[in-house]
Amino acid sequence: MNELIAQFFDLSIMGQVLPLLLQGLWVTLQICPATIPIGLCTGLAVALACTARSGAVRWPAMAFVDLFRAVPPLVVLIFAYSGLPFFGLRLTPFMAVCVALLLAMTSYFCEVFRAGLETVGRGQREAAASTGLGKTTTMVYIVIPQAVRNVLPDLVSNMVEVVKLTSLASVVALPEMLYNADMARAATYNATPMVLAALIYLALLWPVVRLLSRLENKAAH
Amino acid sequence: MPAAAHILEARGLRKSFGANEVLKSIDLSLAPGELVFLIGPSGSGKSTLLRCCNRLEEPDAGSIQVDGEDLLSPRTDLNRLRQRVGMVFQQFNLYPHLRVISNVTLALRKVRGLPRAEAERIALGALERVGLAHKARAYPGELSGGQQQRVAIARALALEPKIMLFDEPTSALDPELVSEVLQVMRDLKKSGVTMLVVSHEMRFARDAADRIVFMEHGRIALQGTPAEILAAPPGSRARDFMTDALH
Amino acid sequence: MQWDRFVEVFANPAMVARYGPNILAGTWVTLQIAAAVIVTGIAAGLLLASLRSYRWRALNLLIIAFVDIFRALPPLVVILLVFFGLPNVGLSLPAFAVLWLVLSCILAAFAEEIFWAGLIAVPKGQWEAARSTGLGFGRTLLYVVLPQAIRMTVPPLTNRTIAITKNSALGTVIGVPEILNQASTAQSFSGSGTPLFLGALAYLVIFIPFVLLGRAVEKRFQWKRH
Repeated sequence: MNELIAQFFDLSIMGQVLPLLLQGLWVTLQICPATIPIGLCTGLAVALACTARSGAVRWPAMAFVDLFRAVPPLVVLIFAYSGLPFFGLRLTPFMAVCVALLLAMTSYFCEVFRAGLETVGRGQREAAASTGLGKTTTMVYIVIPQAVRNVLPDLVSNMVEVVKLTSLASVVALPEMLYNADMARAATYNATPMVLAALIYLALLWPVVRLLSRLENKAAH
Repeated sequence: MPAAAHILEARGLRKSFGANEVLKSIDLSLAPGELVFLIGPSGSGKSTLLRCCNRLEEPDAGSIQVDGEDLLSPRTDLNRLRQRVGMVFQQFNLYPHLRVISNVTLALRKVRGLPRAEAERIALGALERVGLAHKARAYPGELSGGQQQRVAIARALALEPKIMLFDEPTSALDPELVSEVLQVMRDLKKSGVTMLVVSHEMRFARDAADRIVFMEHGRIALQGTPAEILAAPPGSRARDFMTDALH
Repeated sequence: MQWDRFVEVFANPAMVARYGPNILAGTWVTLQIAAAVIVTGIAAGLLLASLRSYRWRALNLLIIAFVDIFRALPPLVVILLVFFGLPNVGLSLPAFAVLWLVLSCILAAFAEEIFWAGLIAVPKGQWEAARSTGLGFGRTLLYVVLPQAIRMTVPPLTNRTIAITKNSALGTVIGVPEILNQASTAQSFSGSGTPLFLGALAYLVIFIPFVLLGRAVEKRFQWKRH
């Protein structure tokens, strides 16, 4: 038991490592506002494309989404970081992470928005049309607001996924929280820094996950 | 009537939901073959009393004997005893993913352990009694409300219960479908099934019930034959309740 | 960006011949992990949700804690924690086992939530009707409630399963010789972009069928949502 505590919960190591991890956390938190808002917009745009009537718009959009649903985010990241240079594009780790996350996010959010758009009943569109509202106005003022409200739990759930995805950045040596924790682990031969990182993630995300659970279960009734 | 002959014997039942005392010491007995109606305003405790009789609600105090066995004792095999108490619900509660015949045979096969052929034979018999043997292979979703409720009755009947409990069996039905269910209930009465019914069908109560129990605020305010209730002095809540519902 | 240059870098025949077999070996490993994780993750999730329906307070708190933790933590964190931490307390698991264990727990956590949502959506009257005919708790769950609950869970479950089994790529960080690992190693040695490209193709070959299956399943169960 003592062995367990010494290996995983060494308080002195935690104290030493905390500032380093918080620095990493700051980097993580910088990635999110850089990518999530854009991801939401691109996701919505692709969702609208997926529900377009023209096949020429629909097929590429759906292919894009399916592509990024099939390829693991880490692979996209490695591609962005190590593959793009072959195209003459050399990205910093931060940029590579942002690009990879953006691509993955667009496809996740697209699926969420698509489901939301489809559940806004046809009756809504017909009612709007019958009062003379044009297609775009209907979309903007009637359909999209309802779609977003319907899928709010799913959106939040996917945003949580994005925060978790930032941990992948450690693989391309971006000094975010997990990277720093792993370095500290190797340096101290002790797993405590990892435990601390896990605890910080929990502190950040457990409340959101719990809230999500309650929202989802309420929606089920 | 000797106590041992009673199919159902409830004494001193009490039940509270939180601060709300819904049953305030109820005594109720049913003799074999009796059709007893529980009537009363909403909140009077009638459904709760009914649901205590197969322990879907747990009484806080009191005793219930079903066919001579103690329903509330921890030593009783509740599942086995429940098979002797049939229940029909307001919302029918048929299993939507199973065909009608499977709805009826499920308990026979999985609890009594009967082989499929035997169980289906019994099930078809029960479905005959409610006039729906020809719908045995249909799914509940394909049937009307009245037909679904009749299947629900068959599902309970197939287990040959000693007493049948009906919780507002026709309240969820369109008016034109009510009579087919009431007809089945009349037939059951004629064949001697003991029944305890919570319902607003006052005409049926007046014509078919052996006894009417009027409940108010968690107590039995008055009980007697339909004629006795209707003959009660004016101002009697029970009589007023009945006559209001008859018009 | 000319086509020839693209082929030279990403579809170089010499590289394909040299590293193709490695990628194939990696594909086999990825498939094994995916299959193992799907089976244990979903089974465990179903078990946890069934236990939760027994409504035993103490057990429920444990289940909810387990589910919350594995839904909140990034998979990579848990993998690294388990892989590097356990040997220090005497428990040495091979990388494949660690990957399988962690991903199974994560899938189990998400699956439990999905199954639970399905279970509580089954009307209470179904439980009451079954219990009133004498069916015990287990049989009611097995023959009446679960069949109805599971229908509702298939679309979200397929999506989640795909998302989580893709995390097999994380095995590369602890040395599991799956696709990404093989591809990255080959790329470091050769300086060519072909192995990476082949790896991406391998993932597509494995997962696109699942994604399309997921779409088909979603369509079939669409009417159920209303």
